[in-house]
Amino acid sequence: MARRKLALEQRARIIQKIRAFFSKEGYLEVETPFRIPAPAPESHINAVLSGQWYLHTSPELCMKRMLAAGYEKIFQICRCWREGERGSQHIPEFTLLEWYRAGSDYLSLMDECENLIQTLAADIGMGEKIIYQGHDIFLTSPWERMTVKEAFQRFTKISAKEALQQNLFDEVMVRDIEPGLGIKKPTFLYDYPSERRSLARLKKEDPAVAERFELYLGGLEIANAYSELIDAEEQRKVFESEMETRRLLGKEIYPMPEKFLTEMEEMPASAGIALGVDRLVMVLLDEKRIDEVVAFTPEEL
Amino acid sequence: MYTASDLKKGLKVTIDNDPYIVTAFEFSKPGKGQALYRTKLKNMITGLTIDRTYREGDTFEPASLEERPMQYLYKEGDHYYFMDNQTYEQIIINEDALGEAKNYLIDNLNVKVLMFREKAIGVDLPNFVNLRVVKTEMWVKGDTSKADYKPATVETGYELRIPPFVQEGELITIDTRTGEYSTRVKG
Repeated sequence: MARRKLALEQRARIIQKIRAFFSKEGYLEVETPFRIPAPAPESHINAVLSGQWYLHTSPELCMKRMLAAGYEKIFQICRCWREGERGSQHIPEFTLLEWYRAGSDYLSLMDECENLIQTLAADIGMGEKIIYQGHDIFLTSPWERMTVKEAFQRFTKISAKEALQQNLFDEVMVRDIEPGLGIKKPTFLYDYPSERRSLARLKKEDPAVAERFELYLGGLEIANAYSELIDAEEQRKVFESEMETRRLLGKEIYPMPEKFLTEMEEMPASAGIALGVDRLVMVLLDEKRIDEVVAFTPEEL
Repeated sequence: MYTASDLKKGLKVTIDNDPYIVTAFEFSKPGKGQALYRTKLKNMITGLTIDRTYREGDTFEPASLEERPMQYLYKEGDHYYFMDNQTYEQIIINEDALGEAKNYLIDNLNVKVLMFREKAIGVDLPNFVNLRVVKTEMWVKGDTSKADYKPATVETGYELRIPPFVQEGELITIDTRTGEYSTRVKG
């Protein structure tokens, strides 16, 4: 822990600067409960039990209820828990930055992301270039934008569609695509196949894809964003299908988040994003392992 | 029976009836996707390494190996001699089969020799072993650039990085699972 002192000091600075950024942009900082009765049903995200309830896997549902209640620009920096996620880039208790903006969409969130990370890098004296694991990454606008379809064409021999049919999508992504993203410039990987829409709305002009993006720096996934789905009926169907996948995989079935689905009717068109703070710190400090940017790993407790 | 979430470096499993040891392991999970456990596995008999990716829910049988408590005696060329603690019978294991374990073998070290169909195919070491530093740079007292570790060689010839305050001739504890310096042994 002692050798991480420098990294933890920088981490604290980065978090202060994040707060300053959002406050300047007119966002309200909010705090939503960590313990919730019903996490968002997602096939591959497992919540940690806490009594009869669960520790949230992200503050998404509660923050969207605030959007529905008329809070138009909100952000939160909080701990989240995901069962069993441990590796050099994962820790089961981690820190997320989430922000939501009414009247916005995923494209304007990309701009906001650029602005945020450029500001943070400048604030901690990085300038226009950061070096991550030997890669010179230039932060000057515009950043690279690549659709999922283009990424499969560029890095692999199969299409995104075929990969999904053969249940190879995640594998190809991890092995062939992700390492090549965000190398010279940060990359927004966007327009995910509708099968991977999660809580995103489908694109009007092309309903085969969802208005979702992920931000990559130096091959590392930093953030996940949506033009939010605001149709409760459609959202229920997505949740049911995710729940069915969980059932088939023999995983725990969560209660349906009914209050969220009811209040969703009032949700304005909006965009939202979750950014991994630990990962962002890793990139800014050129650390390969998430262990180097936290005070304690679970193994050290 | 193991599941994918038990996978880690050093785990021994059965694949196609052969014993394999996990030599590299990485957990990955692309956004909203499935957990993937990417591994490199070494066939403990042929020494060949394969790449395999496993998913949540995949299961494995442990490698069917017999462990015999033995003591390391000495080496001659590529041959490492061990003695069975119960029968006093001596066996030879080749350097190749020992892999990284050879870095930690000092005389009289107690290990578990792994037997597959009556043949010794490797050893399991204690998690920590004490080895003497035989070569390293001097530490200048008051040097403020002490944050960096310095290179050192221990009595087995193994090279690693140690904190600047450890001097030549001192005994250190090494974690055999990572190959890294753990602590200095006082006295």
